Amino acid sequence: MSTSEQLPTATLESARDHARSQVGLQSVTAPTVPSTAASNLPEGIEASTVVWDETIGSGNYATRAIARGTHIRITDLDGGACIALAVHRADHTPERLNVADTVKVQWQAYLGTGTLLLSDMGRVLMTVVDDTAVGHDALCGCLSPAAASERYGDGSASGPTPSTRDLLCLGLAKHGLGRRDLPPIINLFTSVRVDEDGSLRLGDGGPAGAHIELRSEMDVIVTLASGPHPLDDRDEYSASTVRITAWRDGLPDAATDPFRTTTPERRRAFENTDELLRGRT
Amino acid sequence: MSGTASTGTVVLDETVPARAPWAHPLLAGQSLRIVDLGGNQAVDCLFFNLANTDERYSAPDTIAAQRNIFLVTGSTLLSNEGNPMLTVTDSTCAHHDTIGGACSRESNTLRYGHHTFHQHACVENFLDVGSRYGLTKRDLVSNINWFMNVPVGDDGTLGIVDGISAPGLYVEVRAEMDVLVVISNCPQINNPCNGFDPTPIEVVVTDPGPA
Repeated sequence: MSTSEQLPTATLESARDHARSQVGLQSVTAPTVPSTAASNLPEGIEASTVVWDETIGSGNYATRAIARGTHIRITDLDGGACIALAVHRADHTPERLNVADTVKVQWQAYLGTGTLLLSDMGRVLMTVVDDTAVGHDALCGCLSPAAASERYGDGSASGPTPSTRDLLCLGLAKHGLGRRDLPPIINLFTSVRVDEDGSLRLGDGGPAGAHIELRSEMDVIVTLASGPHPLDDRDEYSASTVRITAWRDGLPDAATDPFRTTTPERRRAFENTDELLRGRT
Repeated sequence: MSGTASTGTVVLDETVPARAPWAHPLLAGQSLRIVDLGGNQAVDCLFFNLANTDERYSAPDTIAAQRNIFLVTGSTLLSNEGNPMLTVTDSTCAHHDTIGGACSRESNTLRYGHHTFHQHACVENFLDVGSRYGLTKRDLVSNINWFMNVPVGDDGTLGIVDGISAPGLYVEVRAEMDVLVVISNCPQINNPCNGFDPTPIEVVVTDPGPA
């Protein structure tokens, strides 16, 4: 990057002064540090409870380990977002989001409020507790390097049109994970419908300001990347700016939590999760 | 070999018992035919790049590229890096599933109750045979379910329903790169994917031979 007034950098001292002079420059896409300084929070949320506030732009990613009982709200700032979401159990990453079990166990391909994000161990990683988006796609996965290269000329993470897969892999790498640790993911803010003959249709993008709110039921690593949907056949690399805001809220009493008992399958997923946590405390 | 003989030299012709796993390399150009001997037998299947198992079959890449959830004759099976791994060259079963995933002890408890936890399941087969090739739980992803029927309704309701296969129907794939084939001959007895009666399958590998 360059500043408007280039300072000399020939000596160690001047180079240090030059580096330090850059602090205070603003970027639309960055984490808020400390997160407790975040503003424009959802109604009723105290800044002191915020543990993660970050805005990511088109072709970028963010990742964070968050504790059980954290709410995470993802807001589409531009409209028409497609945000790839990967979720791993923080203390044992081979357990992770399983999209096939998520749709099969809940007998529902389309995600919304009440949907549980299930791990491959029959447990709940996260619960969708609020949702104003047009839909979320659990079928089409993230844009591969080969598809991004074919469509936009360059799918590399170092280029202007990175593949969502490479972005997510970078996020996972920050936790010591490799490319084999990225299973199929969910595309937030995109509506994909299956016709009777099995064909897939991508619906129109959603409005600016739409959000989804998830509650973590275990300590999890959340990794998000903003890139085009695999079914997006527009020529230009279309992706949105999104804001991630997470706050510590605790979990409701299990006996009165409305999300635990909506179906027998979901009830048992929480029973399995409780069983794991019971053995650990 | 059951069904119409493929061209080329048969290099392997085995029966995989009911409930059992199977794994074998399939080299570029070779074909694998899977025969549903008893009818309506789900065959859970994964493919790995033999030279770099980080690259493996990707259900989402495959269905997004063909814009259809069903695998049929002509489907190209893509990897998680977006590369063609295999082609479905022939299928006498109308279509196959790749969104329903594999049964596991754990998911069985959600679908059928905690009492099913000790029943054998496809993930057990994948882990068992995969471990002999250096694969672990980290390597399991959404798989193919040959001969399994998973429709999606207008409202998004999705589930495993009665099969559309029959005794002797088969599917054949041709490897476009050297792959490791990993199969679980599904042991599930709580849903109709095996007609509530798991049965053996036949696997046949053919080599195209000299041009």
